[in-house]
Amino acid sequence: MNMNTTSNPLMQVSQLAVQFETPDGVINAVNGITFTLDRGKTLGIVGESGSGKSQSVLAMMGLLATNGRATGQVLYQGQDLISMPTADLNRIRGNRVAMIFQDPMTSLNPYLTVERQMTEVLELHKGLSRREARVRAIQTLDAVKMPEAARRINMYPHEFSGGMRQRVMIAMALLCEPDVLIADEPTTALDVTVQAQILVLMRELQRDFGTAIVLITHDLGVVAGLCNEVMVLYGGQVMEQGSAEAIFYRPSHPYTAGLLAAVPRLEDGDAPMLAIPGAPPNMARLPAGCPFTDRCAMALPQCGVERPAFAASAHDADVLRACHLGIEDVTRNLQYLKSQLGVAT
Amino acid sequence: MWSFTIRRVLATLPTLLAVISLCYFLLHATPGGPFDSERQVSAAVLANLQAKYHLDLPLWQQYLLYLQGLLSGDLGASFRYADWSVNDLVAKALPVSLAIGGTAMLLSIFIGVTVGIVAALRQNSVVDHTVMLLGNIGSAFPSFVIGPVLIMVFAISLGWLPAGGWNNFAIQFMVLPVALLTFINVSTIGRVMRGSLIEVMHSNFIRTARAKGLPERIVVLRHALKPALLPVVSTLGPLTISSITSALVTETVFSLPGLGKLIVNGAGNRDYTLVLGLVVLVTVLAVTMNLLVDLAYALLDPKIRY
Amino acid sequence: MNPLTPSKNDGLVQGLSRLPDPGSPPRNLWADARTRFFRNKAAVISLVVLSTIILACAIGPLLLPHAFDTADWDAMSLGPSFKNAHFWGTDEAGRDLLVRCLVGGRISLMVGLMATFASVTVGIAWGAVAGFVGGKVDAFMMRIVDMMYAIPYLLIAILLVTILGREFYLVVITITVFSWMDMARIVRGQTLSLRSREYVEAAHSIGVPIHRIITTHIVPNLLGVVVIYTTVTVPGVILTESVLSFLGLGIQEPMTSWGVLIEDGTKVMEVSPWILLFPAAMLSITLYCFNFIGDGMRDALDPKDR
Repeated sequence: MNMNTTSNPLMQVSQLAVQFETPDGVINAVNGITFTLDRGKTLGIVGESGSGKSQSVLAMMGLLATNGRATGQVLYQGQDLISMPTADLNRIRGNRVAMIFQDPMTSLNPYLTVERQMTEVLELHKGLSRREARVRAIQTLDAVKMPEAARRINMYPHEFSGGMRQRVMIAMALLCEPDVLIADEPTTALDVTVQAQILVLMRELQRDFGTAIVLITHDLGVVAGLCNEVMVLYGGQVMEQGSAEAIFYRPSHPYTAGLLAAVPRLEDGDAPMLAIPGAPPNMARLPAGCPFTDRCAMALPQCGVERPAFAASAHDADVLRACHLGIEDVTRNLQYLKSQLGVAT
Repeated sequence: MWSFTIRRVLATLPTLLAVISLCYFLLHATPGGPFDSERQVSAAVLANLQAKYHLDLPLWQQYLLYLQGLLSGDLGASFRYADWSVNDLVAKALPVSLAIGGTAMLLSIFIGVTVGIVAALRQNSVVDHTVMLLGNIGSAFPSFVIGPVLIMVFAISLGWLPAGGWNNFAIQFMVLPVALLTFINVSTIGRVMRGSLIEVMHSNFIRTARAKGLPERIVVLRHALKPALLPVVSTLGPLTISSITSALVTETVFSLPGLGKLIVNGAGNRDYTLVLGLVVLVTVLAVTMNLLVDLAYALLDPKIRY
Repeated sequence: MNPLTPSKNDGLVQGLSRLPDPGSPPRNLWADARTRFFRNKAAVISLVVLSTIILACAIGPLLLPHAFDTADWDAMSLGPSFKNAHFWGTDEAGRDLLVRCLVGGRISLMVGLMATFASVTVGIAWGAVAGFVGGKVDAFMMRIVDMMYAIPYLLIAILLVTILGREFYLVVITITVFSWMDMARIVRGQTLSLRSREYVEAAHSIGVPIHRIITTHIVPNLLGVVVIYTTVTVPGVILTESVLSFLGLGIQEPMTSWGVLIEDGTKVMEVSPWILLFPAAMLSITLYCFNFIGDGMRDALDPKDR
């Protein structure tokens, strides 16, 4: 991360790890995530399904399933969210740190009106009366560009379209003007055009409210549009972490490079589509070393055995990476592979 | 709302009509039955039959008059007893059945829902396992096995309660029958409630509610309960139907002078018209109950719009 | 020149590759199901117990010294003992209880089997036609199913028994009339969904003949649910017969069934509890076994549906 962070970051996550007890054994879903979040900044967490990105933020919010356990530290204003008792955590969740989820249809209660689901947040955290809360809720719906908010607020979630429902979720999260907004794949369940609208909305809200955003996604386009910093996850471990520019223009990790190369581009024409061979790892049986070893084109013998250290890269001190190969080797190999496959470098 | 109700009522009419007509015409086909010229009845009964069923008129007229009679609440004449019309017999028996059945149903709903909620929130605890075990017993063993066992334990061995009979709504005669019916219903309601609440608690919207910082009490009562109750309400429909079966058995086992006993005795006596009248009555009651359950469900579920 | 450091396997460049291969074909459903079923301990034990009961009912009475309806004047209302080889005792008329239970079991199981066979046949035919033809025919046929569900079956069963009598085959017919709907609904649902599955359309579009489509795609899927629901229907049918017999409206003298025996038992349970308990136990155990086997089949054939 940027070494010149403000001396008072909003949120500090250290060595966050998540484990699940299953009949098949212990699963290490997340294995050591560290980052800092400043006011008004956006961190994008990128990875495939099962890479642990959702579980890490669920752990931060205390929303893990009953067989899950989180270790490490998540400091918000000096208090550790992980070890906090639920009663205290409830004062922070929905209030100072809010979360929006992937599928607004199932994430909103179909049996309660939007009004009830929104006013209860204000009644609880801000002590407003039902009527005052309703007024504030309508204002927030206006802020997320919901047309006819005063009439629509009495409706049930199933009476809205997908994009509108997600706006409701965002409005609901912003009611108490939180410092941190965690968005778990907010646009995945939406049409492409609606996706763009939601992202624009989030950017404007960030500008207006000064909220810090943690954005989970598997879509690199979304990351490019919105994020200052990026963290690339694979197999529950961080592969690469740094500013969005650094990661996009000079990927320093074979996995990141693979992800970027797999994004089809219109100007590539009829060139062959690329994919990283293989499938996401079985989280119950991770190799002792780097989890990407089996699918990595450049893997060394030691990769499967010894977990690479997560440290600053040689080419840019603000980029952190976990790879046994040096940045020069990675870049060179990448160029060779692309030339082999007839893809423009 | 009203148009919805009326539409549902109209939808049940064909069923009612079909049942009533079927029964009526079946009776006509019965040798030795009320409409057969070979029937063997006393003169007094014959006079009653003549009056109620207009036996000298053409069939279709008889049928229509019968339906008309039904609409004005006349259930017919008994084939065996000259002194009593079906209505008379019903008037004496219905309160008994209602008292037992009604109490049992209310208790079952209350206990079943509570027990189901507790079991769901304390999954895999002692309470949960006990509830599931009792639920299994209640569902697996037929009512006419559990009933006598209850009698053997509480009336014969312990002597706390009478083994059967009735004394003008005296409490001790109501305890065991109500207990039997309640036990059977609670096993269904409890298990459905438990399963349904467990499933709802895993929903995404419950996760959202927790993410908003709501205390668990509000999450359960305000967010989870209503969706969890829907399957329970659905169950009430078929449960009412099966309660009728249970009631028949219960009244037989405990010798209660209710509608069930009336039907069973009537059938044993080959009192065709009595059984017909009672079947019509109970079917109307059952269909009405089903309708009420449907309406309750529609009220609870906002996705159903009138 | 290959600047890549050798990969851990064989020195070949794995590299970024073209799109991956499609997956491998599915395993055999039935072999899987059989393995899964036999891993279910409750189901296997139930199968063994049930087979024992069936065997006992079939050949037991031939091996025992007593007939089911002869009175042993030396041993009236005898509790279980070795005297005169009355292992389960005798009833008030001196008839050996064990033999009566086994003979009653024959009747109960036979009625169960016949009524199940009949209702399964009707159900499959009804559901398959409705699902296959679709449209208005389907809607109409399913309306009739809904109507049947709304009718309290026991009442109609009682009415039918009152009118038609209590001959053995009539009892079977009466039970069948109310037991076919579950199967019909399930088969219709399956047929509807199978008819429009993409792989059926695909097979059809590439020219696979209809009979091959039916045998490879439709029948195996139907077979699964048919088997499951048959094992679910059987206990329901046996229970219906027992209830009818218990109320005195089912199997009649001189034949006997578990329901009849239980009713006999309730009359004398104060003094001779074994007369009630043995047949009740046999009936309950049989029903339990069928339930476990049914659960086992359901889990074996549809593992997602826990």
